[in-house]
Amino acid sequence: MDMLSVKNLCISFGGLHAVDSFNITIKKGELYGLIGPNGAGKTTVFNLLTGVYKPDMGQIILDGQNITGKSTIEINKAGMARTFQNIRLFDNLSVLDNVKVGLHNDNRYSTASGILRLPSYFRTEKSMNEEAYKILEVFGLEDEAKHHATNLPYGKQRKLEIARALATNPKMLLLDEPAAGMNPSETDELMETITRLRKLYDITILLIEHDMKLVAGICEKIFVLNFGMELANGVPQDVLNDPEVIKAYLGE
Amino acid sequence: MSFISYLINGISLGSVYAIIALGYTMVYGIAKMLNFAHGDVIMVGGYIIFTFMSTLGLSPILSVLIGIILCTLLGLTIEHIAYKPLRKAPSLAVLITAIGVSYFLQNMALLIAGAESKSFSSVISVPPLSLAEGRLTISGETLVTIPLCIIIMVSLTIFVRKSKTGRGMIAVSEDKDAAVLMGINVNKTIAITFAIGSALAAIASALMFSTYSNLSSTSGAMPGIKAFVAAVFGGIGSVPGAMIGGILLGIIEIISRAYISTQLGDAIVFLVLIIVLLVKPTGILGKKIQEKV
Amino acid sequence: MKTKILNVNKSMGSNLITIGMIVVAYTVCQTLIATGSMTNLLKNLLVAMCYYSIMAISLNLTVGILGQLSLGHAGFVCIGAFVGAFFSKVTISTIENTFIRFSLAILIGALSAGLFGVIIGVVVLRLKGDYLAIVTLAFGEIVKNVINVLYIGIDSKGVHFSMSDTASLNLEEGGTVIVKGAQGISGTPRNSTFTIGVILLILTYLIIVNFINSRSGRAVMAIRDNKIAAESVGINITKYKILAFSLSAALAGVAGVLYSHNIATVQSTKFGYNMSIMILVYVVLGGMGNLRGSIIAAVLLTFLPEYLRFMRDYRMLIYSIVLIAMMLFNWAPACINWRKNHSLKSYINAVVRMFKKNKKEA
Repeated sequence: MDMLSVKNLCISFGGLHAVDSFNITIKKGELYGLIGPNGAGKTTVFNLLTGVYKPDMGQIILDGQNITGKSTIEINKAGMARTFQNIRLFDNLSVLDNVKVGLHNDNRYSTASGILRLPSYFRTEKSMNEEAYKILEVFGLEDEAKHHATNLPYGKQRKLEIARALATNPKMLLLDEPAAGMNPSETDELMETITRLRKLYDITILLIEHDMKLVAGICEKIFVLNFGMELANGVPQDVLNDPEVIKAYLGE
Repeated sequence: MSFISYLINGISLGSVYAIIALGYTMVYGIAKMLNFAHGDVIMVGGYIIFTFMSTLGLSPILSVLIGIILCTLLGLTIEHIAYKPLRKAPSLAVLITAIGVSYFLQNMALLIAGAESKSFSSVISVPPLSLAEGRLTISGETLVTIPLCIIIMVSLTIFVRKSKTGRGMIAVSEDKDAAVLMGINVNKTIAITFAIGSALAAIASALMFSTYSNLSSTSGAMPGIKAFVAAVFGGIGSVPGAMIGGILLGIIEIISRAYISTQLGDAIVFLVLIIVLLVKPTGILGKKIQEKV
Repeated sequence: MKTKILNVNKSMGSNLITIGMIVVAYTVCQTLIATGSMTNLLKNLLVAMCYYSIMAISLNLTVGILGQLSLGHAGFVCIGAFVGAFFSKVTISTIENTFIRFSLAILIGALSAGLFGVIIGVVVLRLKGDYLAIVTLAFGEIVKNVINVLYIGIDSKGVHFSMSDTASLNLEEGGTVIVKGAQGISGTPRNSTFTIGVILLILTYLIIVNFINSRSGRAVMAIRDNKIAAESVGINITKYKILAFSLSAALAGVAGVLYSHNIATVQSTKFGYNMSIMILVYVVLGGMGNLRGSIIAAVLLTFLPEYLRFMRDYRMLIYSIVLIAMMLFNWAPACINWRKNHSLKSYINAVVRMFKKNKKEA
């Protein structure tokens, strides 16, 4: 069954075709890699998929639901969550609260019961805390739960972003360069974490990455984007040996 | 005939707003900050010119020149002490500082010059022009203000486009980091911008107080805010925009005071600001800026 | 799963300290009054300290928690003050129980200010940063200017409005003018007492603290810290911005009602830009986001100028220097370095190092 099906997605900025007829089909539970040289339009694809940009043309279907042109919030509610290339955490909130903001929409009580401290407040907050700790444990962040997010080391900040995205209970997760700035051992740990959370949460993942070891190591399929257009698409060994792909990466 | 007279007064007041708005728009474009104290520099300029002209008896032109020099120094000092250390601070902190500076200037003036307002005598000795058999009179102040505003506007546009410093300003406003890489001294460029803005504030002050003679410690604040409205109206960061915005705002203010309500004149100007920001937040000539994700 | 203390209310301790401080201050003041050792000057300031504190913590919700600078907070205070006073004057003969009437006045004052908060919030919160600040300033001035020319009178036919003068209200014989343009409302029952002020301050404080530590408050702070990330996890930006802004406005309205029932005459010109800046000074001096700090700053800056002559003469100048100095102290690189080198922790470390060194040498 298809989790994400994108047809003929296009957007241009002032005459520049940033993404040009982008087509991809991702099956449920698959881990797809999106690679390409700098400026190929990878992050723009993410911004289109999550509604940050509205596409000029094309269609995005998430788990049978048409989310084309929907707002970021609606798309998140439909089951798509993401992380950002340049980390975007809630810096002045605790690690725990960062995850609890992710739990916001699935755990409701009114503002009034929050102010008046009605029983629903205590009940919901308690279950939110339990759930948040459960997610933090997947990422080994439970000991830092009370720290300010901004005080976490870099690698842990990246993990916290994934944890927060996961807290929105998504069907599909978009990871924008999750290993950027990590050292090899941190990258290994991240690969292991991603593999584990796929098992735990039965989630479909599309990830942008420059680290070829990570991409070749865990991705089941790879899509290569160059100048906003598809250059190659398929299983890793085919794609990474494609002379066109090598040319795009290494030049003539 | 009275309508035409209101219109001319509106253009005259608008020209003053335009000159003040230039200071806002250039600083906002280049330093990306709202220099809240800009209006109060006008007030200080008024007191300086008043002191040299009325108290010490110097000639109007000399007094205005001294006013321009001292205001420029004041602008540079403010920038150096209060704004320069906050280049990397969040915009909220910079704005609060600017409000502090504005408040400081007002209360300093209040302490030095006293609460009683001064009557500023005109620096302009051009005789009024009588038209249509005396039914329409244009004051000497208006006859000087409008052409002077156009001259300033044109020369500033040429300066920004043609001179090396001016092009440096454009570069800094486009991308501060890239400008540094191109060998532009960002701190110096921002300082020059403040200097130009403050010098213009002194000119605006001479023109404004010549028409509206009432000079007190708070008489710069309201025109300052209105000129900011004008800058937003025309499109912040744009030199011709400041002129268009200023003149339109001047006309709106004078006409609404004449035909709607004298007491609500300020409220109407603010309403214009709100409507402009809602309908076209980038102003008439402004550019759209997209946030990078 | 490791057992963790799931501390639902993590800031409970801190809240208790703040409330404890207020209660202790209240008790001390009451004792002083009872023993006759409090000067009249200070007695007159007690209620003012309460409403300025409420203004400060309510503005802190907008500035510190929502992260938006509002320069029109006095406008909301003004609405609360006028609506509350109007209500009390109109119902003074119909609702005889002072407690019920004053409670209703507070509620209605808060609701009207909150309603204006929603209306203004819808307009203003689409803008960001500097534009937002200047538009809140504009709204504050509009509110002040409009109320300044507003005339409202009542007779047997109902309520009459005018924007020009008393005569144009066309009141019949026996009708009363309640709002008199620039003269404002006079003769409001003076129901505000120190005890009521303190109770309202504690209530306002609890409302804000509970809001901050709830799901909605977290959403508001998430938007403050990173709007784009907040959107990406499905937070409705507009809804929570308006919620926080109007809550802040409503609580400013409470301060307004307290204000207008404390003095004989309330005039709209008192609620201008200067008052908004003064409230901002409390917030900045007490620390943005720090409610306890806001209260301390508001109390000190109300109290000190009355007692220190130089503070009275240079009050506004000192406010302006506070604003500039606090921002430079917090953000200027030179000050940040200085703070790092001179923090208490660094001194302790230096002392510890010295001891260690001595040990080695010995």
